[in-house]
Amino acid sequence: MLHTVNKSPFQNGALESCLRFINEGDVILLIEDGVFGARTGTAKAALIENVLKTNKVYALSADVQARGITSVIDGIEVTDYAGFVDLVEQHSVHSWL
Amino acid sequence: MSDDVKKIMFTVRKGPHGTIYVYEGLEVKLIMAAYDADISVVFMDDGVYALQQGQKTGDLGIKGFEATYGVLVDYEISKVYVDKKSMEDRGMTVEDLVVIGEDEDTEEDIRPTVVDADQIAAMMAEQHNILPF
Amino acid sequence: MKLAVLIYEGPYNHEASDSAYNFVEAALEKGHEIRGIFFYHDGVYNVTKLMDPPQDDRHISKRWSELGAKGIDIVVCIAAAKRRGIVDDVLVDNVRISGLGQLTMMAIEAERMVVFGD
Repeated sequence: MLHTVNKSPFQNGALESCLRFINEGDVILLIEDGVFGARTGTAKAALIENVLKTNKVYALSADVQARGITSVIDGIEVTDYAGFVDLVEQHSVHSWL
Repeated sequence: MSDDVKKIMFTVRKGPHGTIYVYEGLEVKLIMAAYDADISVVFMDDGVYALQQGQKTGDLGIKGFEATYGVLVDYEISKVYVDKKSMEDRGMTVEDLVVIGEDEDTEEDIRPTVVDADQIAAMMAEQHNILPF
Repeated sequence: MKLAVLIYEGPYNHEASDSAYNFVEAALEKGHEIRGIFFYHDGVYNVTKLMDPPQDDRHISKRWSELGAKGIDIVVCIAAAKRRGIVDDVLVDNVRISGLGQLTMMAIEAERMVVFGD
């Protein structure tokens, strides 16, 4: 499955909830304010660092760039909308709105 | 129900009344139940508060939807699940949950089924599409 | 692949409509079929012709209308629209108002449904 998370982990529990329901082989895509969770050196970075040990995590480049984020957590793959579409093609989707 | 009937899951993660999502989401469920689809509903996170019994919305001046939850089974929406941890974290027990119907044979109240995260994750993986409301 | 897109939030206030639009454009570019786009909740405000943003800003309803002109079925939920004062007369071209049955058919017929909202 593909899990999209569009909320900042500092303001909302969407990312943490998503992590509780994730299966082996599932992937996470951070979009919109969700990309704040991709930034290095934050108090919430461990959430992503942990899940990266078992699952693939992506961040949407348009949202990363728009927020001036230049350094993302090691292991996160930054992808564009075309990559987003490919992920949707490969997996069924749940949006953690 | 034939094998090619699509599984559609609804996830309810938002609380009631603060926003319209739960209310309008319920309208979608009731309509979709009339179609040939295998519907399930999972309440998690603040969504479990939508299942709290005794919601009195009169003073707020809105219609509320607890009565509609009471007939979900009549609408053939009987696969209704609650995430155990979300419920416990939020100070709720099974006794707090609304009744969603009555067993035809025993006339006993039917409440949503309490499940854990692994069970929900496994169900999510089986779905054709999942709509978050 | 046959995809459907569901949008819950109004224009400009939330990024959902922009994310959805960019996703749809990328999907079309890759040759995917968009089975339909459905607006629900405040999402119904995305396709009014009363919209008149500043020149240097994107015109959200015009963008959706142009996608509709390509033959994509763009549907506004009638129940959500009526509640919010959105009627046929104020809709942009190439968008139609219809019931939740349309959303149901999209959810069943599309191989993937992607939801954008808050």
